[in-house]
Amino acid sequence: MVHFAKWKIVLVLVICALGVVYAAPNLLPRDTVRGWAETLPRWLPVQQVNLGLDLQGGSHLLLRVEVDAVVQERLTSLVDGLRTELRSERIGYTELGVQGEAVTFTLREPADAERALEIARDLDEDLTVEIDEQNRVTARFSEDALLELQNNAVAQSIEIVRRRIDELGTNEPLIQRQGPNRIVVQLPGVSDPERVKDLLGQTARLTFHLLDEDTAPAQARSGNLPPGSVLLPSREVGPDGEPVQDYVVRRRVMVSGEALTDAQPTFQQGQPVVSFSFDSAGGRRFGDVTSESVGQRLAIVLDSEVISAPVIRSPILGGSGVIEGGFTVESANDLALLLRAGALPAPLTVLEERTVGPGLGADSISAGKAASVIGFIGVIVFMALCYGLFGVFANIALIFNLALILAVLSSLQATLTLPGIAGIVLTVGMAVDANVLIFERIREEIRNGRSPISAIDAGYSRALTTIVDANVTTLIAALLLFAFGSGPIKGFAVTLSIGIVSSMFTAIMVTRLLVVTWLRRRRPKAVPI
Amino acid sequence: MRPLRLIPSNTRIDFVGKHRIAFGLSGLLVVASILLTLVMGLNFGIDFRGGILMEVRTEQPADISQMRQSLTGIGLGEVSLQEFGTDRDVLIRIQRQEGEEEAQIAAIDRVKEILGDSVEYRRTEFVGPTVGQELIEAGTLAVVLAVGAILIYIWFRFEWQFGLCAVVALVHDVVSTIGLFALIQHEFNLATVAALLTIAGYSINDTVVVFDRVRENLRRYKKATLGEVLNRSINETLSRTVMTSVTTLIALVALYIFGGAVIRDFAFALIWGILIGTYSSVFIGVPILYYLNPRRTEEKAADAAPDPAQQGDAAS
Repeated sequence: MVHFAKWKIVLVLVICALGVVYAAPNLLPRDTVRGWAETLPRWLPVQQVNLGLDLQGGSHLLLRVEVDAVVQERLTSLVDGLRTELRSERIGYTELGVQGEAVTFTLREPADAERALEIARDLDEDLTVEIDEQNRVTARFSEDALLELQNNAVAQSIEIVRRRIDELGTNEPLIQRQGPNRIVVQLPGVSDPERVKDLLGQTARLTFHLLDEDTAPAQARSGNLPPGSVLLPSREVGPDGEPVQDYVVRRRVMVSGEALTDAQPTFQQGQPVVSFSFDSAGGRRFGDVTSESVGQRLAIVLDSEVISAPVIRSPILGGSGVIEGGFTVESANDLALLLRAGALPAPLTVLEERTVGPGLGADSISAGKAASVIGFIGVIVFMALCYGLFGVFANIALIFNLALILAVLSSLQATLTLPGIAGIVLTVGMAVDANVLIFERIREEIRNGRSPISAIDAGYSRALTTIVDANVTTLIAALLLFAFGSGPIKGFAVTLSIGIVSSMFTAIMVTRLLVVTWLRRRRPKAVPI
Repeated sequence: MRPLRLIPSNTRIDFVGKHRIAFGLSGLLVVASILLTLVMGLNFGIDFRGGILMEVRTEQPADISQMRQSLTGIGLGEVSLQEFGTDRDVLIRIQRQEGEEEAQIAAIDRVKEILGDSVEYRRTEFVGPTVGQELIEAGTLAVVLAVGAILIYIWFRFEWQFGLCAVVALVHDVVSTIGLFALIQHEFNLATVAALLTIAGYSINDTVVVFDRVRENLRRYKKATLGEVLNRSINETLSRTVMTSVTTLIALVALYIFGGAVIRDFAFALIWGILIGTYSSVFIGVPILYYLNPRRTEEKAADAAPDPAQQGDAAS
């Protein structure tokens, strides 16, 4: 143990040097380093520790994609398709409707079974269709089809969420899928996520319909609604929070928002409005609809609410138009943004929010720094008092240990959170444990009458298994914490795990190198421990 | 300068002889902890219960009673306010709102409306019912798996008797920490679970060090009684046990005092955990071995594997 192979010495020195070099950028102000990153050669380490949202301030949102809504929608359109097909084929049926995750109906004539099943299969190839003895037909999506539906909905939602957030000009947002149907959104620097939540809370599906002017809203409310029409509330709400008006709108979508190429907030006669333009196919269709229906009213519907229903005075042939609807400047801005970014395939629900203002973040950083420095000094002084020169060796190792932790955090770009700082402080306390074990063992061996070299040698070799056993058990706890923890707690597990590994290295290898060098130079008769 | 010694080098304290007192005390502690937890319950934070937490800073020292008055009776249910760190910082906790996630967001808006823009919103967190349930499950699973994995590791490295003792000591530490949180009604949240796992790791760490020495001494002093070997092992490692606890406590006390209000409960739990973990490895973990009598199996293992002590001698 006292013998130290040349390559090992080199390895220890290289690792320590790398640790210092990679940790160094963290000692400088952030902006300075950022400036350097552009001018310095790329191989130089200029990465700093990535601060978590709890330290730099920002907002963390966990969203759920309501995939069920997509499934329900597809089932509803399947019902519509079946109704049309069965009627045109003159197949008698009853009780057609959505039952849970399936569409069911009962045939009047058992003889129609073959044809009915064929119709259903032709409508959607992802369907599995069954019929039972009571002539009840059940059509449901296969597991694979549902999974694909879910994956598509989530992937598409992430894309739309990204576009909407990019439109807001947020700095380095992080948008990630989590689990089967969730999206994590992290917005550094955003301390008031209300606007973001508002924007993400709308699916923003825009459709143009003709108004059903033959049916009065009052009539529709009493249940007297023609099958091709639907009663929709106005988007504008009165002082009592209720929509000011209801509209009876024809179900048929004339043109939808998918055909939009651009939308911008602008002013018309002093009022904020949103101007939009269609792609060529959409523009043609919009032109056709407006030419055929001059004098009728066109309902502009966003997420099942009518924004406005202007009268078509003349055909709109240019493929562009404006939406009026009593907007404020901000709501016109938001609508234009939503229309540009596109509609979400399914509604999103915010499951969890954690927002930290910049003030608290800065306070946490300075408090964390103070605690680390004071804890560190306390431990260093105590070690020097208890173990003298050997304590100083352990303290040098501790400094390299901290450098290594910072270096690993910076180069992995792992996130440092406030609990993460706590992990580092805890590591400082526990890191000296390995040295304490070794030094106590050396003391014992000296008491047993060994020579300095022999005692030091025995101290290191005998303490080694204990150190490994003790640290592996703590590492197990830390790794499980990493696997099951979330957010800031994960940060704690990260620094604790890195700290355990690096402290084993520094406490065993670095102090040994120092002790061995000291032994060779001084050839002491007694060990000052 | 003479190095400072916290523990004299040749202590001969009869730890094993006193085990009845320690077992009695610890038994009482564990039973009391379980009863306290059952009777008083834990003050679960929003991580587990769902709900809203807001930290606000006012320009002048906060008038908490006035704030409480304006926030209660607006239909948000139970609202608790508490000074947090300084007299300008107030922590507002609002119970989980009836209904789905939207209801929680609406409640946050309502509070912001009432408090207005004159206060600085330093932190806003809400956890919906779905996530809360999942966090409870993940937290429990992590603690159970950690205990299991540590047990398996000790079993693998030592004999089963050691593993069992270590886990008894660990459960003792974790349960009494939970009991303490029930007693003082500090908030029990995700950070507390992290603290529990860290305490588990530390407790085992501490116990394993003594076990290592027990294993070594069992081989070395074959004629000594088990009680003598256990006592000798605890005494020989006592200095290390105390030293490591003190260095860790120095760091944690710094964290408790200077780390800010957000981290204070976490540091508090860890400080308690280090104290109880140190006590339990000396007074509980090792003395239980006395009853499980691990000697015979150890001798077999010692015959099979070369003695590390002899290896060390050969190398010097």
